[in-house]
Amino acid sequence: MLPESSRHRIRVTVNGQVYEREVEARLLLSDFLRYELGLTGTHVGCEHGVCGACTVQLDGQPVRSCLMFAVQADGREIRTVEGLAPDEERLHPIQEAFWEAHGLQCGFCTPGFLMTVEAFLRENPDPTDEEIREAISGNLCRCTGYVNIIKAVRLAAEKLRAGR
Amino acid sequence: MATRYFGQPIKRNEDPRLLRGRGLYVDDVQLPGMLHMALVRSPYARARIRRIDTSKALAAPGVVAVITHADLPANLQGPLPPLIPHPTLKHHKTQFALAPGQVRHAGEAVAAVVAESRYAAEDAAELVEVEYEPLPAVVDMEKALEPGSPLVHEDIGTNVAAHYTQVVGDVEKAFAEADLVFEEVFRPDRGQAQPMETRGVVAVYDRNLETLTIWDSTQAPIRIRSGLAELYGMRANQVRVIAPNVGGGFGPKIMMFYPEEVLVPWLAMKLGRPVKYIEDRREHFFATNQERDQIHRVQVAVRKDGTILGIKDVFLYDTGAYIPYGLIIPIVASCTLPGPYKIPNYHAEFKAVFTNKTICSPYRGAGRPHGVFVMERIINRIAEELGIDRVEVRRRNLIQPDEFPYDVGLIYQDNAPLRYDSGNYPGLLDKLLKLIEYDQWPARKEQYRKEGRYVGLGLALYVEGTGVGPYEGARVHVEPSGKVWVATGVGTQGQSHQTTFAQIVAEELGVRVEDVEVVTGDTGAFHWGTGTFASRAAVVAGNAVALAARDVKAKALEVAANLLEASVEDLELADGQVRVKGAPQRAVSLGQVAVAANPLRGTIPPGQEPGLEAARYFNPPQSAFSAGGHAAIIEVDPATGMIKILKYAVVHDCGRLINPMVVEGQIHGGVAQGIGGSFYERLVFDENGQLLTTTFMDFLIPTAMEVPDIAIDHQETPSPLNPLGVKGAGEAGVIPVPALFVDAIEDAFSGYGLRFREVPLDPNRLRQALAEAGVPGAGSTAA
Amino acid sequence: MKPPRFRYFAPTSVDEAVELLSTHADAAKVLAGGQSLVPMLNLRLARPEVLVDINRIESLSYLRVEDGHLAVGALARHRMVEKAPEVAARVPVLQEAVRHVGHVQIRNRGTVTGSIVHADPSAEMPAVLALLDGSVRVVGPSGTRDIPWQELFLTYFTTTLGPDELAVETRFPLPPAGAGWSFMEVARRHGDFALVAVAALVTADETGRVKEARLSLAGVGGTPVRPERAEALLAGQALEDDVLAAVADAVREAIEPESDIHASAEYRRHVAGVLAGRALRAAMERARRGGEG
Ligand SMILES: Cc1cc2nc3c(=O)[nH]c(=O)nc-3n(C[C@H](O)[C@H](O)[C@H](O)COP(=O)(O)OP(=O)(O)OC[C@H]3O[C@@H](n4cnc5c(N)ncnc54)[C@H](O)[C@@H]3O)c2cc1C
Ligand code: FES
Ligand code: FES
Repeated sequence: MLPESSRHRIRVTVNGQVYEREVEARLLLSDFLRYELGLTGTHVGCEHGVCGACTVQLDGQPVRSCLMFAVQADGREIRTVEGLAPDEERLHPIQEAFWEAHGLQCGFCTPGFLMTVEAFLRENPDPTDEEIREAISGNLCRCTGYVNIIKAVRLAAEKLRAGR
Repeated sequence: MATRYFGQPIKRNEDPRLLRGRGLYVDDVQLPGMLHMALVRSPYARARIRRIDTSKALAAPGVVAVITHADLPANLQGPLPPLIPHPTLKHHKTQFALAPGQVRHAGEAVAAVVAESRYAAEDAAELVEVEYEPLPAVVDMEKALEPGSPLVHEDIGTNVAAHYTQVVGDVEKAFAEADLVFEEVFRPDRGQAQPMETRGVVAVYDRNLETLTIWDSTQAPIRIRSGLAELYGMRANQVRVIAPNVGGGFGPKIMMFYPEEVLVPWLAMKLGRPVKYIEDRREHFFATNQERDQIHRVQVAVRKDGTILGIKDVFLYDTGAYIPYGLIIPIVASCTLPGPYKIPNYHAEFKAVFTNKTICSPYRGAGRPHGVFVMERIINRIAEELGIDRVEVRRRNLIQPDEFPYDVGLIYQDNAPLRYDSGNYPGLLDKLLKLIEYDQWPARKEQYRKEGRYVGLGLALYVEGTGVGPYEGARVHVEPSGKVWVATGVGTQGQSHQTTFAQIVAEELGVRVEDVEVVTGDTGAFHWGTGTFASRAAVVAGNAVALAARDVKAKALEVAANLLEASVEDLELADGQVRVKGAPQRAVSLGQVAVAANPLRGTIPPGQEPGLEAARYFNPPQSAFSAGGHAAIIEVDPATGMIKILKYAVVHDCGRLINPMVVEGQIHGGVAQGIGGSFYERLVFDENGQLLTTTFMDFLIPTAMEVPDIAIDHQETPSPLNPLGVKGAGEAGVIPVPALFVDAIEDAFSGYGLRFREVPLDPNRLRQALAEAGVPGAGSTAA
Repeated sequence: MKPPRFRYFAPTSVDEAVELLSTHADAAKVLAGGQSLVPMLNLRLARPEVLVDINRIESLSYLRVEDGHLAVGALARHRMVEKAPEVAARVPVLQEAVRHVGHVQIRNRGTVTGSIVHADPSAEMPAVLALLDGSVRVVGPSGTRDIPWQELFLTYFTTTLGPDELAVETRFPLPPAGAGWSFMEVARRHGDFALVAVAALVTADETGRVKEARLSLAGVGGTPVRPERAEALLAGQALEDDVLAAVADAVREAIEPESDIHASAEYRRHVAGVLAGRALRAAMERARRGGEG
């Protein structure tokens, strides 16, 4: 027999907006964001924690949304790729840098990289290439070979430093 | 007119949406009332299905339907249609929508469960009771050929699907005249493309319009549309297939059909509700096509100056349980082997062998890495046997620039003669040697050895057939706003068509790249074409776009000549206008021209079609041949078998470059996949045909820590075969990597007589080989 | 790959958590960082009926240096340990080792204590626990007890923790002042579990000989291994080639690695000896410099 699944009311802040929903305990945070909130910018590539496509920020730190249950986000703050650009006209400097350096091809991995890199550059505004490689090593990209992603992160760091 | 857009590293039109997380991938399609499908898959590689009981699953919460083979309509019960026939493909066995009483590889779909959520569907899938009678599996392609081997398809009495031989010249004579003859066996192992997005299908049937709309992560939406219409007995224009943003393809996303592509639309029609299937990563490992395992036995005849007289390559190609895709891979392997070298006498023979493993179909490279691996290994062996530098041996055998078009003497995958259109291979080699500083290598290597470090340089050259036919088409349309709308049939999986095609149009029509909107992969927008594969989109569709744009230009000039009361020869297109040369104030905007070309009243000249629009097709007479060379410097720690790539260099010639930034990106990605396939990624099957690597914890895709920086230099030898002079670039990056990878490692340990014949290597295999060769620090081989 | 159904509880105190665990006994599992448990749920390789999520027990989120120990609360994430200045200063080998655990996104969630009680023999944290002769503090229905590492690990993914017990703290004794240390790992890719990892701790006398040396290995059998004979061989020795060769042999004798798709037992045995030598040399180098970074 299948065990019962408990249901829970949760209140989560996503990109500054508060959402209240009732969820099944087993609903993954990634599925919650994508299907309950319609924030499909967060992608799902493996559901076992390796590919990093589902990376979102939980209270400002990058985490795998496929390895958390939505119920665990109750009362917490989530930031997804949809919350990165300041408005409809402008992109975030990291997004601009990925654009200029051709840091994406199919774009499937991109949101995960952006959310990882945003937190990384906050902590380390002037990284070496080696540090960049380490920082993004938890995100797989099958298209770019990373060369231009590393270039993009370098460029993003410059832009952010210049804007500060 | 000076080039403004063509050839420039222009930022991509597609990026802003993708960067904001607003792409539309199949799993992003959400429709009211949508149901979700999960599949029950065989745990056995070969088994008879005795009984299936779906009653418990049907009773589970949220379940709407449970389907087995017996529940399918007759048109979906038989084998699915074969994709690419070949005269020697005697047994064109194809897969089923759901297994009919027998399964032939682990992971084959046995039943489909449809429920209100994927969670509920997976719950219920566990409740479908299938009684299997496991049978001995055929796993190893050599054993599959032994008498008494179990048969994957019992009705044909053999595991050989096809046996094909092509011969150039007189191979026996070449061997008789040779100074040196040797034989080698090479075994590239199985791998998989593993795009970051798995496969997915969403379908909805509209009863009012009697139309079926399908979002499919396919590389060939038009083919899927036509095939499905035929299968369901519908008119083609009742079926619309959209390949929205696709999260990487690399080959396996072009198939006809994956079972899910047939089941989901049928279920949507049957149940009257939209249905979605998103493959999960574990399923992707055994349900999406694989590739790469071959066994080559090659004999070589050489003159003592190092020139090759003849090659006899006899190989086995493991096609897995079915062979929908025909013989493309082994034919490409045979045809890629000669590469940039003159092989006057060549015997290429293969058998395509069935095994109880997942189906094989082209994965980026599609046999090319095999051909190059075998050829480049041969060259190194010649160098070693004759004591001639490996670069010198290459030089002595290269096709010279004045020998084009060069006829290799074989028939290629497109059934046209394998004839190289243009190239400069010595030029490529020189550039490569310069980029990797080959002249300084002997001294550097000696220095490394003195420091006790094992560092080697590897290199490999290749020629790549790209841009195969039959055709692609495009429609270019100017809106009254002056914006240009382009539709073409090829889909895009990250190859930047929205930008490169826009560049082609911008160049012809004198508009800004961002004012050209390109729609790809939607049969509702353009419905003739074959798909994005074999590095063909830029060549075939790109030229169709150029031809259509040129027609639009001609028409714009004609219409504008009327408006401006000037003659066509005095006009030019620039800055979104048609204007009089030397008198730019006399101008009309392209938008005005578009309006004038489609007037509500008045007249248009007889014979002129309305609107500023043209559709054109491009049918290449044969493939265009790109070429290149890669080199790398790799360090090995003999005690652990771990490697570090110190330097990686690429020289590449894909004819005229539309957007060098895009081409370089394609190369980077290819190289990374090549590195994966050389040292990290291997699909491991046990003796029962069970796949042991079904997660990213076991199948190791390189991360940013494993892929080095990549230096790239270009050479541009335009193709004379198409108006743009372009050649394909999509697969190049991956092709030579395994070959140069083992070359570098052998070089690092030169003097120890190491010869690698298998890829991928890994730390375990490498350390073991070094230990067997007696390399200090690698330890003994005794347990 | 969606997790099976379960009932979910998020207690806010240790007592509450322990009560839930004892009520549901074998049917329940603790959910800490979830970086090992959730993948297993998604793959349906684990099917607990009840999940007891300890992430709301804020009192367990701490790092403290106290009475000769680094005490790591059960909610202390890998990342917290990685970035804590007191860890860098007092237990640098732990800091080095923790950086080998997965990637930043994993370390932001995964807990050190979860890593240890999960008892993956290829994991870094258990090997460091063994190196430092540490223990895990657990609370169960019958109270609190400390389990020394030797009594904790039984075999692959198996510990002596009862199903109704909650690990609340991992206790790493501080290495002796001036001890040199090293952590070395061979993994297929950066961030992967170790094929073999070796941690070493060395104190040296004035002449540069070993006073005391400790080695601890991961990836070489069902549990972390301290090769006692190898450690004993080192006492009073200078790290000459022949000594290290004997140590390597002793290390290889002390372990029972298994073969899997990533490496053969023979490979692991060989590399264990190699890394032991390299780790000892690096640790000695640090010991000579007075135990500084
Ligand atoms: C991509 C990836 C790479 C990784 N690489 C590495 C690596 O290189 N090295 C490595 O060591 N790990 C690695 N991990 C695993 C990661 O470190 C886990 O965080 C760790 O193994 C478990 O800690 P956790 O807090 O996440 O535990 P959970 O996943 O929450 O739990 C793991 C197990 O321990 C039990 N448990 C947890 N906490 C307690 C407690 N306080 N009391 C009682 N029982 C408890 C749970 O019930 C469960 O059975 C990787 C994970 C991923 C996804
Ligand atoms: S989907 Fe979460 S890490 Fe891959
Ligand atoms: S851009 Fe396609 S996976 Fe990264």
